[in-house]
Amino acid sequence: MRPALSDNRNGTNMRVIDNHEAIGTEGGARLSEASARDFFELLKPRVMSLVVFTALAGMVMAPGHINPFIGFIAILCIAVGAGASGALNMWYDADIDAVMTRTAKRPIPAGKILPREALSFGLTLSAFSVCILGIVVNWLSAGLLAFTIFFYVVIYTMWLKRSTPQNIVIGGAAGAFPPMIGWACVTNGIAIESIVLFLITFLWTPAHFWALALFKMRDYGAVGVPMLPNVSGEATTKTQIVIYAVLTAIIGVVPAALGFSSLVYGAFAAALGLGFIWYSIGVHRMPEGDEKMVPAKKLFAFSILYLFAIFSALMVDHLIATLWLTAGKVA
Amino acid sequence: MELVTLTDAQKKSRRGRNIALGVVLFGLVAIFYIVTLIKFSNGMVQ
Repeated sequence: MRPALSDNRNGTNMRVIDNHEAIGTEGGARLSEASARDFFELLKPRVMSLVVFTALAGMVMAPGHINPFIGFIAILCIAVGAGASGALNMWYDADIDAVMTRTAKRPIPAGKILPREALSFGLTLSAFSVCILGIVVNWLSAGLLAFTIFFYVVIYTMWLKRSTPQNIVIGGAAGAFPPMIGWACVTNGIAIESIVLFLITFLWTPAHFWALALFKMRDYGAVGVPMLPNVSGEATTKTQIVIYAVLTAIIGVVPAALGFSSLVYGAFAAALGLGFIWYSIGVHRMPEGDEKMVPAKKLFAFSILYLFAIFSALMVDHLIATLWLTAGKVA
Repeated sequence: MELVTLTDAQKKSRRGRNIALGVVLFGLVAIFYIVTLIKFSNGMVQ
């Protein structure tokens, strides 16, 4: 690159480059104008909030005690780890994000953050979150967090996402691990209860994501991501949505059936599950080639509400049971 | 030796990033300090 301005102050061969010209020139130094907010956007804050919430649920429901501050650090590490995997996902997917309307404004395709900055940011945060969780809490939860990041970035983003319509079924495991990590933070172990918490999010993901894939089918088709509606068609997707909605509704009541939640929770989860099935049937009845796809949008919105409601109910139910037990002992 | 003159936007964004990094570093120091206190006090109790 040819420097725009030359100087030889201090008697040295010093060249001062006018960075106005340096930006965007081929092979020139491109300096970042990314703000701290842009880096925060890389962490996928909305996904992170779901991860924090489900991890907290795992922690609250686990038997045993954790110091509140250590618990806070554990949640922070899980959130940062989830954010780091989001940043690495955006780094790898920048090419397709630029084409899709839903993701075109993300920091990398929008030109706010350079891909190499996102890569360094994601790797650094991944290392920090795993190491701090291991040092402060325990190494089982740190190992699970490291595996979750690896699963989301390598197994889902780099491998499954662009190669199979079952991408979000298998890849959904990455989003389902946080309650298990939260549980492991308290108990330093894995139990049937934490596996059930894992399964709730795991089985919920396909119906949630395929509802989105239905009304964003053109976007996914444009970038060649083999989502189920693009590969197998709307009819198959709608049937699969109903099947997974039923499975989600069943797993939702399992905590009550196994006795680690009350029957009141069971009734609440059953009602929510029926709602989930109802909305999925609405999608199934949607005419082929429907442009607006209102039922799919409704199912997508309800699915988010469903997951928050289920995990909220699990936590409230557990806290009430704990208070009841404590009051009983005092009396 | 080559130097780069920054644009105003680059200076502003760099300042913002530096402040955010400073806050994070201070947070890390605080976390390790408090965690050390907690771990020590737990050890003393046991």
